[in-house]
Amino acid sequence: MDFTVVLAQIKPKLGCIAENLTTIEEQIAKAAKAGAELIVFPELALSGYFLKDLVPEVALRINSPEIKRLIELSKKISIAIGFVEETDDYHFFNTAIYLEEGEIKHLHRKVYLPTYGLFDEQRYLARGESFRAFDTKFGRFGMLICEDMWHLSASYILAMDGATTLICLSSSPTRGIEDDSPGSAVAWQKLTSTTAMFLNCRVLYCNRIGFEDGVNFWGGSEYIAPSGESIIRGALMDEDFVAARVDEGSLRRERIFSPMMRDENLFVTMQELGRIADERKR
Amino acid sequence: MAGLVANTALLRKLLVGFVRDEVHKVGIKKVVLGLSGGIDSALVAFIAAEALGSENVHAICMPYKTSNPESEAHARLVATACGVNFSVVPITQMVDAYFNMVPDADNMRRGNKMARERMTILFDNSAALKALVLGTSNKTELLLGYGTLYGDMASALNPIGDIYKTQVWQLSEAMGVPRVVIEKQPSADLWDGQTDEEELGFSYRQVDELLYRMVDQRLTKSDLLISGFDIEFIDSIYSKIQNSHFKRRLPIIAKVSNRTIDRDFRYARDWGK
Repeated sequence: MDFTVVLAQIKPKLGCIAENLTTIEEQIAKAAKAGAELIVFPELALSGYFLKDLVPEVALRINSPEIKRLIELSKKISIAIGFVEETDDYHFFNTAIYLEEGEIKHLHRKVYLPTYGLFDEQRYLARGESFRAFDTKFGRFGMLICEDMWHLSASYILAMDGATTLICLSSSPTRGIEDDSPGSAVAWQKLTSTTAMFLNCRVLYCNRIGFEDGVNFWGGSEYIAPSGESIIRGALMDEDFVAARVDEGSLRRERIFSPMMRDENLFVTMQELGRIADERKR
Repeated sequence: MAGLVANTALLRKLLVGFVRDEVHKVGIKKVVLGLSGGIDSALVAFIAAEALGSENVHAICMPYKTSNPESEAHARLVATACGVNFSVVPITQMVDAYFNMVPDADNMRRGNKMARERMTILFDNSAALKALVLGTSNKTELLLGYGTLYGDMASALNPIGDIYKTQVWQLSEAMGVPRVVIEKQPSADLWDGQTDEEELGFSYRQVDELLYRMVDQRLTKSDLLISGFDIEFIDSIYSKIQNSHFKRRLPIIAKVSNRTIDRDFRYARDWGK
């Protein structure tokens, strides 16, 4: 079905859950008022990104008042949002939840925690261990958190699991000042477009803005059609409220036009990956 | 070298945004910086004026009696061009009062003392004006250690610390820094006729080409030799970076407890901002 999505390109404050929740609620109200049916927030929208030792201080349980509040708000509008999740066994995850009709429809824990260059996630966070597609009222979705998307297998698994829409929640830092856009933005735009094209999926990419300790986040949130075409792109480095009408027809047409996913041979893939895994054991 | 050629519109947006965001988020409106008459501080003044409004930028020129009068004239020219507040605080009295007690101090000690004297004036004005001190050291100087620890290297925020001198020139052109300031020979202006490039023994353009490959691209020594750099140049720059690394770090702390500041007590400075 057709639906209207808002990509909320916000600037979370580092370690300030209450203030960020206020911003998030304002964005939700604004999106609902504008007639949107889904709102997507960036990775770690509730807490900010370079948390380091703040991780345990900002972590929320799935039954915390803040998450309950968001679940309540999802009766009006579906919500995808990122936060630090604390579990009963005191592990801390970089988590994204998809909320709809007053329920948590899906919870994804970031699998690929970057720990290179300026990133240090695996020092502070536990690693998620699955990629699962899930049903929403807009069709079957898959959720990825930032670095997850740089692993082809992640998007591939979700697409093979039937997802036709990939949501990616991101906190991507700005690096590279040689081209028209930051180098990291150029790389991401190639990635999201190519992923959409290879998997005949639409991509909803939401990236934050603002600075943390001198590191900028470039925004540029984007809706990419299953053809790989960028339909709408948010402002570079500035706050934005990117509203897009997502149409079912373009997905159907693209899947007729380039039926790669129909022809994708799961058996061959499994056989070869199984062989590679066996050979590695030896 | 593609990597040293900046998209100045993008770089300008990034650095102006940095100053605006990092100043405003701590509840402050103003900045203070030392304006030497050289290109680095001129560029920072332009960036700050665009970020915060020129009325919120306080530039202070702090000449010593041996400083070239042209430096103060250029500082004034820059301040007028970008419309920031400008004042002159000579440091001769304070510096001479000290060196009258230690008359045999060499040029390096005198230069360092002057840089630190200026630092104390900037930080005093920081408190007086409720303004953050902006740093004006570029990436080339920081990597080479060509600056005074706790002197010109001291600041609250540095907008140009990740861009090379070559890129400082490019952005200065784009932002309208007065031409005479862009074109003059870079100098620490500690004595008559001193220039950075003569003192360092190579040009900024040469060393930026090497630093970009060595630091940003992480080329190995053999890669660098193949790229056409002399072995002596490579070795001398590598050791300059290594030997000045202490200047780029906080003082090291003897570890005693389970949580030592900056080792296993780790928070972003923008914690709660």
